[in-house]
Amino acid sequence: MTAHELTGSFPAATSPQMTRRGMNRVQRESQGPGGRAVRALLKPVLMLMVAGASGALGGCVNLAAPDKPIVIELNINIRQDVVYRLDADAAKTIEQNRDVF
Amino acid sequence: MSWLQGKIFRIGGLGIGGTAVAAALLVAAPMAVHAEGRSPEYAAARAAGKVGEQQDGYLGTVGSQPAAITAMVRDLNNKRRAIYTEGAASKGSTVQEFATATACRLLAETTPGEKYQAPDGSWQTRGATLPPRPAGCK
Repeated sequence: MTAHELTGSFPAATSPQMTRRGMNRVQRESQGPGGRAVRALLKPVLMLMVAGASGALGGCVNLAAPDKPIVIELNINIRQDVVYRLDADAAKTIEQNRDVF
Repeated sequence: MSWLQGKIFRIGGLGIGGTAVAAALLVAAPMAVHAEGRSPEYAAARAAGKVGEQQDGYLGTVGSQPAAITAMVRDLNNKRRAIYTEGAASKGSTVQEFATATACRLLAETTPGEKYQAPDGSWQTRGATLPPRPAGCK
């Protein structure tokens, strides 16, 4: 109920150019007082379409996002190998810096 | 120059004339002087269980310690970090990897009675068995 009241005042706040196309479509599909309700429904649909379009554009960026956890996983695997490999160097390092270790 | 340094090692750091020799001595001196190892303060703090080895290759203070101890630990850790950074650069690893590889050795080399930090963060006293060490240790 309140939604109708809110959306009823909505077209007044937007520019006539924006609402006109929607109005024409609505008037084709439905006549009489019911048109306002349909137009009120159409508005969020249009907004959803715009949001969907921008979401589709954002999808290009989303492709890069999964890289993050993969990189972390690889680091853990490589690290243990490197630590193992560095054992002799670590021993030498300790031997050469006895005052610090 | 390199043969000169070799000679100094063999002689045992006894002075030979010349500025080049003096420069070589300065380079060789830290190894000769610290052949004994730790400073008395550091050795005492270790023996008393005031400081211990962490899993990351650095020293830690066990519980709350006086400023002199924390300052000493900070100083030693700064030196360690510099050494790890140098070693990592020469081996193409990260500083953390080099530090962890050294931690493997340091934890294994702790003597019974000394403190080490367990992976869960708690301080433990080294017993007869090898302390838990980071993953990847040889």
